[in-house]
Amino acid sequence: MNQDHPIIRTENLKKIYGSGEAQVNALDGITLTIQQGEFVAIMGPSGSGKSTLLNILACLDRPSEGRYFLDGIEVSQYSRRDLALIRGRKIGMVFQSYNLLPRLTALENVLLPIFYRREQRLSAEEARQRALAMLESVGLGDRAHHYPNQLSGGQQQRVAIARALVNDPALILADEPTGNLDSHASQEILELLQNLHAQGRTIVLVTHDPEVAARTERILLIRDGHLISDQSNDRRQPLVTPLASAQRTEPTVEAHHDR
Amino acid sequence: MIAEILREAWRSLRANKLRSLLTTLGVIIGVAAVIVMMAISAGTEAAISESIYSLGSNLIFISSTFSRVGPGERPQSVGGLVYDDVAAIREKIKGVAGVTVDQQASVTIRRGDITLEGVTLLGTTADYPVVRGLSVASGRYFTNTEVERVQKVAVLGKTIAEKLFGDEDPIGQTITVNKTQLTVIGILAEKGLVAGTDFDQIVYTPIKVVFQKFTPSQFARFMGNRVRQITVAVEPHANIDQVVEQITLLLVNRHNVSLDSPDFNIRTQADIIKARESTTATFRNLLIWVASVSLLVGGIGIMNIMLVSVTERTREIGLRQAVGATPEDIQIQFLTEALVLSLLGGLIGIGVGIAGSYLFGMVSGMRTVIVPYAIGISFTSAALVGVLFGYLPARRAAGLDPIVALRYE
Repeated sequence: MNQDHPIIRTENLKKIYGSGEAQVNALDGITLTIQQGEFVAIMGPSGSGKSTLLNILACLDRPSEGRYFLDGIEVSQYSRRDLALIRGRKIGMVFQSYNLLPRLTALENVLLPIFYRREQRLSAEEARQRALAMLESVGLGDRAHHYPNQLSGGQQQRVAIARALVNDPALILADEPTGNLDSHASQEILELLQNLHAQGRTIVLVTHDPEVAARTERILLIRDGHLISDQSNDRRQPLVTPLASAQRTEPTVEAHHDR
Repeated sequence: MIAEILREAWRSLRANKLRSLLTTLGVIIGVAAVIVMMAISAGTEAAISESIYSLGSNLIFISSTFSRVGPGERPQSVGGLVYDDVAAIREKIKGVAGVTVDQQASVTIRRGDITLEGVTLLGTTADYPVVRGLSVASGRYFTNTEVERVQKVAVLGKTIAEKLFGDEDPIGQTITVNKTQLTVIGILAEKGLVAGTDFDQIVYTPIKVVFQKFTPSQFARFMGNRVRQITVAVEPHANIDQVVEQITLLLVNRHNVSLDSPDFNIRTQADIIKARESTTATFRNLLIWVASVSLLVGGIGIMNIMLVSVTERTREIGLRQAVGATPEDIQIQFLTEALVLSLLGGLIGIGVGIAGSYLFGMVSGMRTVIVPYAIGISFTSAALVGVLFGYLPARRAAGLDPIVALRYE
């Protein structure tokens, strides 16, 4: 991976829904930079625009205005097709509800992103080996031929993480990855993400849970479409609620709450 | 890649086995219908042309066309074929292998204590075996001299001979037909059932014997020596069109009628087969339309189920898009599913159609012939149906917004 540029760089990202009276600015100028190897949490109350931001960062959506550079490539105006291709190549997504395909085994679910890969296609056997290795790396080598409904929630989420990793993406985006899990399984998943971070992966997760956010290195706080806090998170210190400490605003973000 | 797409499609169809099968039912029925119906019509056609050809080859049929008369009017005494035309054609036309005319009657035959009722007595000329492709097994057929002299002789079909004489040699024996005694001079070889006539169940005799002894007197008086149909066998290498032309000219001359309104009608075997074929072709086209409608309905069924499937699998589509599937990938996936579904229906339909054709043939006794191009046509149209009716659902799937699709419950 190229070290010269950040993994994520956005310039004044805006997302506007509707027009005229009914116009809603879901994102109202977000500028942020995430470097290679960072572990970042995006927090914010519901309706704050954090999901919209995640969708744009995940290349599932396009900003109305502003620019988004993913791994040095400007993708803001990509077509649907190009966005799909860049998703497959650069992004591994983890969802709250795992989103495994129930008809496929764990192994086949992990193979799915390889199936849609356009460049450096692997032979069937290579792909299988790679998917199996990914399952082993999340501790599920012995569950490769189980179907999702034969796995616990935590195990399903680990399969989903293996799937996110299988194309060796530049960025892992996790949307409430522990939202459906009990505390024990949540701990396992968070440890797994921390291990991946320790291996040098860049991870951005969206959460409303301060405990989850506390496991990351940096917390971005979104409210009303603005980035109102960007704070590095020293894990040796006791947990500070990000909302309480949301004083320091990013200088590039305009603060206008006149809506 | 293609193998993977196919496997993917196969897997998702297998996930809903019953539904997939029911969906393909329309296509199965359509394809099977095409094959069975084509098999029936091809079998019928083959049976018809075979029976027409087995009457003998290169035949020309000349029939009388009487001028129309109103009710109560006496038919005009002129017009139509006469018995002497037979001799004229035989003598004056080149390239003719045989000319015959026949007149039949239903008779009762007695020999000793054996009585057979309702037997067909067929009066013919000497050329009859040549024209109809019959051969004499023992003894001989009668000659034209015997016809002219009204000799009371008979030639027996194989079955009749067995019924009357069993193991005895019938040649030289006498049978009583109604009240007339006929001497048996020959037995024909087995011919079997041809065009609805069992040639083995007939007693053959000189036509003039029938005219004199077995035609109801009133009818005989009215008909005189007029005949309804003369059959001409053309020599194998002769030009049949030329022979037809010569016969036409000869008869127009003899009957003293104009070429524009002759009192007879000439058809060749080829004309008859062509006419039959056009009838079966009309029938076949109708069947093909019926089958097409069935395929269309099958296609709509596939489209319906594919649309349901797209809705059900919205989240799956969203996820596939999230992990890098482009809209084309999604479209190809669903199109492939529709195609696999319809081809599967096509294959099953071919199996059902072939089995159904045999079964129908066995049960009904009708001849069925599996037509290879019917299989080709129906399979191709099944594929076409898949692509055509899979397109809309596939487009819908491809057009889904991944964000909305991922959140779909």
